[in-house]
Amino acid sequence: MHYETVIGLEVHLQLNTKSKAFCGCSTDFGKPPNTQTCPVCLGFPGSLPVLNREALRYALKVAIALNCHISNKIKFDRKNYFYPDLPKAFQISQYNQPLSQNGWITIFIAGSEKRIRIRRVHLEEDTGKLFHEGETSLIDFNRSGIPLLEIVSEPDINSPEEAYEYLRTLKAILEYLDVSDCNMEEGSLRCDANISVREKGSERLGTKTEIKNMNSFKAVRAALEYERDRQIQLLENGGSIVQETRLYDATRNITESMRSKEEAHDYRYFPEPDLVPFEFDDTFIEGVRKELPELPETRKKRFIAEYNLSDYDASVMVNEKSLADYFERCVQLYNKPKIIANWLMGDTINYLKELGKEIEYLKTLKPEYLSGMLKMIDSGIISGKIAKMILMEMLSTGRSPEEIVRERSLEQISDDRELERVVNEVIEENPKIVNDYRNGKQNAIIALVGKIMAKTKGKANPQKVNEILRNRLKIV
Amino acid sequence: MELASLTVHKLRELLAKKDISPLDICKSLISSIRLKDSRINAIVYFDEDIIMARARDAEKKDRSNPLWGIPVFIKDNICVKDEPTTCCSKILKGFRPPYNATVIERLLDAGAILMGKTNMDEFAFGSSTETSCYGPTRNPWDLDRIPGGSSGGSAASVSADEAISALGSDTGGSIRQPASLCGVVGLKPTYGRVSRYGLIAFASSLDQIGPITKDVEDAAILLKIISGYDEMDSTSARLDVADYPNLIKRDIHGIRIGVPKEYFIEGMDPDVKNLMSDTIKKLEELGAICEEISLPHTEYAVSVYYLVATAEASSNLARFDGVQYGFRFEGAGSLIDMYKKTRGFGFGDEAKRRIILGTFALSSGYYDAYYLKALKVRTLIKKDFENAFGRYDAIITPTSPTPAFRLGEKIQDPLTMYLSDIFTISANLAGIPGISIPCGFTKDNLPVGLQILGRPFKEEEILRIAWNYEQATEWHKRTPPINKTISQ
Repeated sequence: MHYETVIGLEVHLQLNTKSKAFCGCSTDFGKPPNTQTCPVCLGFPGSLPVLNREALRYALKVAIALNCHISNKIKFDRKNYFYPDLPKAFQISQYNQPLSQNGWITIFIAGSEKRIRIRRVHLEEDTGKLFHEGETSLIDFNRSGIPLLEIVSEPDINSPEEAYEYLRTLKAILEYLDVSDCNMEEGSLRCDANISVREKGSERLGTKTEIKNMNSFKAVRAALEYERDRQIQLLENGGSIVQETRLYDATRNITESMRSKEEAHDYRYFPEPDLVPFEFDDTFIEGVRKELPELPETRKKRFIAEYNLSDYDASVMVNEKSLADYFERCVQLYNKPKIIANWLMGDTINYLKELGKEIEYLKTLKPEYLSGMLKMIDSGIISGKIAKMILMEMLSTGRSPEEIVRERSLEQISDDRELERVVNEVIEENPKIVNDYRNGKQNAIIALVGKIMAKTKGKANPQKVNEILRNRLKIV
Repeated sequence: MELASLTVHKLRELLAKKDISPLDICKSLISSIRLKDSRINAIVYFDEDIIMARARDAEKKDRSNPLWGIPVFIKDNICVKDEPTTCCSKILKGFRPPYNATVIERLLDAGAILMGKTNMDEFAFGSSTETSCYGPTRNPWDLDRIPGGSSGGSAASVSADEAISALGSDTGGSIRQPASLCGVVGLKPTYGRVSRYGLIAFASSLDQIGPITKDVEDAAILLKIISGYDEMDSTSARLDVADYPNLIKRDIHGIRIGVPKEYFIEGMDPDVKNLMSDTIKKLEELGAICEEISLPHTEYAVSVYYLVATAEASSNLARFDGVQYGFRFEGAGSLIDMYKKTRGFGFGDEAKRRIILGTFALSSGYYDAYYLKALKVRTLIKKDFENAFGRYDAIITPTSPTPAFRLGEKIQDPLTMYLSDIFTISANLAGIPGISIPCGFTKDNLPVGLQILGRPFKEEEILRIAWNYEQATEWHKRTPPINKTISQ
């Protein structure tokens, strides 16, 4: 039987406002425990929340960027449950009137576009953090009250790969907006997934499970792959899916049951009486809209139009804001966008992957260095092959191309007499290959060029070598 | 002359003339408390050394401040920095807040001397001050009777001259009803008039802090100090504070007063009924026009109140879980066990009853039928008042259908107890201001209160009617027998 996978993702995003959602405490990450707290975020009796307007502005930015319909009315609700990291025993959240609804983003999957709808984006507050040390548990409330955005997708995602792409695209948008650190390992971006499978063509949704505890996009993909296969196998063997919450165990790459639907909380949502609902007009929303930076999709279209990049190249360039910014700085210094894109996509990214570094690593490679190196190729000072070597060195040491070329005398050999000498040597040393060529084996010339390049440590100007070699081989 | 028996405005005069010092007032209060409070039990925290030090310290402070040297007692659910604030609940025993409520900051800025904490029903859940973990407060007019509640300690202390003035809180009548039963003045301001920051919440959408005083002018003086917008409380109103003490002394000629027929119910004490008739006559003598009106949704007020208030309370009281502060049951086997035992031993019966009621009302499947419906009826009750205030400047009712009842009389019967707030609850649901002032005594010499309700943020209007009535009567000058016996 053929199955279709149905996935919906719930992303929690910490907003990087200066202060918390409902008090004036700082949101700085990594400070000593419980040093960024006050009666409000500690949930002390008598304290009251006051909405941080900046958090609302950040949330609006995201809602607009995700093409959501914005509600003009802001209302908060209490989500009631007991847990030691939740000091008031309720979380201030938004229930039936979220900030925004019915948005969408476009992802690229298998070479084509797919629209994933966003069900809602709402503002809430983060909880504290528990630490367990043997028999005792400790709580750090520094995180308590940090503004959190919940972004819920519709179940439009049909494979773990699509889920991965959705997250990647979403993260790109969020990074462009500069509203969050988007760091999954530090917990500033978290993701839970709902997944079910159904017979292909079936209208009815299958029973879903909720998967938690993934700390990277890859973990989300792996967890969903495992869970999809588990559900299909269960159905194939005549079993049925239980609606439950499951935890992903990254080391074993499996999901395990955490709690069933029956054990689920009744959160007893009701309107937060301490925060008065208020309305804002369209001009406020328009004001926020005007502040929005160029977003990945728009930027991509511009890259295609302005720099003549292919659809694919433009996609790669804009995916990470830092790479796109870098690309544009290079273009300003060296006006051959396609060549820059090629260098950035092929060798640079491959090398960084080899190093296991993120594109962030481009910090060591100043745009002037990359453009400088490309200009050296154009003016014949270095060969393309040498350039690759120089690039690796620039990336790992942060030194300029001029410095590297000078120090290691990597200038291309374009001097005719010098090249003729090497060509003659190679011809003399390889009579057999020379004979092969003369007997009509055209490809033999490649072997000879290779030997010449080896002798010059790759510095010989390849065009000139070709020219001289062909001329020499004509002479009997 | 006992300073402890004087009003704020009288003491201000004497202080201004330097006839007396803050220390004199505090000493007078301390001896009064020493004499009477073992029997009344109005005060739950008070430290003579600290008070004497504050009184001496006042000498160094700015004498031009409006409450310079004036002692104020605080209900035990209002946070005072580093002093016990327990809501008279075992679950908060030992809790000392790290901050002052906004009203406390304002009192201190005005030069007031904080005296200590007054008794109350646990978490303000009650109408008799019998559910306090420190034991019940007794009514100074009859020690076998309750002082009303939940601000029973504040009302009894002012009545018994153990306090010059006190702050209370009013969620369903908790200032007005005990003021009525103890023969003093109690004002519940408009919702949003006074900051709730630092008031340990019972029902956030209903709670207001207000003054309990010996006369109307004092209520106006204190209200002016504690009112006003507070950026720490999103529900506080961005409206200017009127100069209440100076606005109340105009006559009430031609003022239109509605008397809702729904407030003259079966089971109302005949003395209360008769005193109301006298009161209406007196107000008419003063030039007011009194007419019968209807507030048709009045009968639903108690039901709506006990859904809205308990729902909010169930959530507000969830934070008392033994994790950060207050009482924690030691030796629990697990987290859930710790929660259960902390709350099981920490809360009294009435607190548990209301938490369970509220939790139920908010439960999925019941929310629409109870909480949501209650909110809708609340809107209707509010509309009743809006309609009435379209034609009338104020509404008068008895504050309570009966005078003070006997200790233990209703404590086993929560429904009967809930009905003692029947006349005060609507004002909280509608968010409007209300004041209770003495309007006579029953045959058994128990005080009866008149409630005056007004338009939102028009406290000066109800204070004005109250002041005019007070000037024309002698009720506020009567003092409970216990004060005379002891001072003789």
